[in-house]
Amino acid sequence: MSGLVILIPIALLMGLAGLAAFVWAVRAGQFDDPDGAAARILLDTDAPLPNSALGRPGPGNAEA
Amino acid sequence: MTTVALDTAGCPSGLAPPSATNAADPSPFVRRVGNQDRLSLTVRGAKCGACLARIEGAVAVLPGVDTARLNLSTGRLDIAWTGDLSAQRIARTVSDLGYGVAPLDTRAGDAGHKKEEQSLLLAMGVAGFATANIMLLSVSVWGGNGEMGEATRQGLHAVSGLIALPTLLFSGRPFFRSAWNVLKRRHTNMDVPISLALILAFSVSVAETIRGGEHAYFDAACMLLFFLLIGRFLDARVRRRAYSAARDLAALASRTVTRVSHTGTHEPVRAEDMRPGDRILLAPGERAVVDMMIEQGESEIDESLVTGESLPRFSAAGMQVMAGSINLSQPLTGRATAASADSLLSDIGRMLEAGEQKRGAYRRIADRAVSLYVPIVHSTALLTFLGWWLSGLGLRESILIAVSTLIITCPCALALAAPVVQVVAAGRLFRGGAYLKSGDALERIAACDHVVFDKTGTLTLGTPRLISNHVPAGTLQDAAQLARASRHPLSRALTAAAGPGPLAANVKERPGLGLEGTVNGMACRLGSAEWTGARDSFHNGASLFFVRGTELPLELRFEDDIHASASATIASLRKLGLGVEIVSGDRSGAVAEVARTLGIDQWTAAASPQDKVLRLEQLQAEGKHVLMVGDGLNDAGALALAHASAAPGGALDVSQSASDAVYSGGLAPLPLLVRTARKARHVMLQNFGFAAVYNLVAVPIAILGHATPLVAAIAMSGSSLIVCLNALRLNLPSEKPA
Repeated sequence: MSGLVILIPIALLMGLAGLAAFVWAVRAGQFDDPDGAAARILLDTDAPLPNSALGRPGPGNAEA
Repeated sequence: MTTVALDTAGCPSGLAPPSATNAADPSPFVRRVGNQDRLSLTVRGAKCGACLARIEGAVAVLPGVDTARLNLSTGRLDIAWTGDLSAQRIARTVSDLGYGVAPLDTRAGDAGHKKEEQSLLLAMGVAGFATANIMLLSVSVWGGNGEMGEATRQGLHAVSGLIALPTLLFSGRPFFRSAWNVLKRRHTNMDVPISLALILAFSVSVAETIRGGEHAYFDAACMLLFFLLIGRFLDARVRRRAYSAARDLAALASRTVTRVSHTGTHEPVRAEDMRPGDRILLAPGERAVVDMMIEQGESEIDESLVTGESLPRFSAAGMQVMAGSINLSQPLTGRATAASADSLLSDIGRMLEAGEQKRGAYRRIADRAVSLYVPIVHSTALLTFLGWWLSGLGLRESILIAVSTLIITCPCALALAAPVVQVVAAGRLFRGGAYLKSGDALERIAACDHVVFDKTGTLTLGTPRLISNHVPAGTLQDAAQLARASRHPLSRALTAAAGPGPLAANVKERPGLGLEGTVNGMACRLGSAEWTGARDSFHNGASLFFVRGTELPLELRFEDDIHASASATIASLRKLGLGVEIVSGDRSGAVAEVARTLGIDQWTAAASPQDKVLRLEQLQAEGKHVLMVGDGLNDAGALALAHASAAPGGALDVSQSASDAVYSGGLAPLPLLVRTARKARHVMLQNFGFAAVYNLVAVPIAILGHATPLVAAIAMSGSSLIVCLNALRLNLPSEKPA
């Protein structure tokens, strides 16, 4: 049973970390515009690569 | 500046029509923070991701713009820029894309609603965290039943209690506060039994823990709180989406007016800063924001949103222009006759308030269920306690059983029954082209048995169309050369029929009469019968006359087109058992024509806003539940008074906010609205039925003293789950659309 003394606080701390993240998200306005957030992920904001960047691996496609 | 072809203006998803209102100068609303200028605009008609990308993209490339961010849920566009970019250019950029733009007064935002929603969300998160963690401990208590040592169990209960106490204090506040408020006024609501159950469950559990007892209800208390807060949050969400009439009236009044100072300079000022007697310049295409008396200039005034009259009225010095009308042809100068708070808009605002108060008397199904429920639950719990106690069980055990009865009957399912249905129905309607503004609107729409339509802009497109097919193409082209110089709706219709082409030389517009100019070397006139020397027409709709040189005048007939979907819509509404009626402010000839085409026997023409309200009151006195459909300022009072109301997406802000639902893409969403509302009410009643059956099963178990915390947890989450799943049924395709 002595394991509980360690395990329960660990479980609670993990839960609290999740709660803290949630509180931060609400305060930071992450839930202010659910419709916009759903649409924004599909926006194609990438501009074509400039010519000078071609041939060199970019930060996002190092394996290519 | 970005130019966009007309057919792609506005929301590409077709959920909202392009807005053609002129962008007023929002410069008085610019705030300066450091070396940055900031402006907030409300954008109307932006409904999808493509709108978002288009608007943000177009504004972001303007010189000096640092950030441009559109909130798609609220339609608020925040722009920050440095340098000398004019606020008007930003507004123009957005309105050129086909969206309606108005400056947003950040002092009067909806900060209150937003804060309430946020605090509910936080409370829900905390309750969820506590429920999960206490459940972790409770499951081990239940699982170790009989094997677990008493000290360990007591320790686990104590930890649960330590989690539950701050949760209750934090997340329970909305319920405690509301319960306390109604108790002070000697009333009761759903929050009273909730608060009582929460407090009793917690205190009894603390007592049990200290005594080392077997059962503690900390998990039940937190779970209860969690489920209730989900329902409460969804409800607040739906309500906030329904932006209030008051806010939109304020937004309309927060428009800009061009004031002419003594020295003759023009300056843009906020409408609410106008005083009676101030000189105003009303540019062509601009909407009057305060009532004014014309001193200089002659023009034509489009009052269709104010009175419902589809044809413009000639106005000259000494005549009154009411707030809400649009100046069509020439600039007008005049004096404000009332401050914006005393203008016609505010009169309509007062009518709105009166209507909303009457409507406020409507009691939601949920509230009615609760008023039945509260006394039953409380007397059951009390009787349970007395029964056990008198039959010889100890005081502690009797209290424990009574409290478990209270907990298990707590209205979790009841609290979720309505909000979940509302959210699901609103989502389904949104995909069908209708935008629901308030939760209880569904219940009210479902009860409607009579529909009253406005004509102009609702049943008809609100824009005339040339119907004379026999006109020689050459003559039409010549007439169009004159018409292109004018903003008059008939001229525009003529231009639309003729297509692009040149403009005649020396065109002069005589407000109230017509146009004259030189086409191919011949003096031509386009306008009224007396202007062209023609005899009056027998045509029911509007006509223009065109005369070329010394030829005989030629009549061009126009008609306000009926929406393509109108007759199908009216047929399906009739099939749903609704009576149909037209009440319009337009001339009786025009109304009769539309009524005959659509086969509607009952119609009223030339109705003032007050007449519309009176007609609605008369119908209500006959015991009818009226669904009002209208778009104009003149309908706003009736929209607010009606049992339920809907406005097309092109309607004025005030009318949209006075109504329960806003639809777009023709009249087709209306039958869907009625059908979905009826189905939603059905599912809601079913949900309340489930909640009742659940109580019928659970209460005897609790009264007999078998409601252990485990039974309570299963029963409560089970019933909530059933209610939510049942609400999702609304999304299943039921019948094929007609």
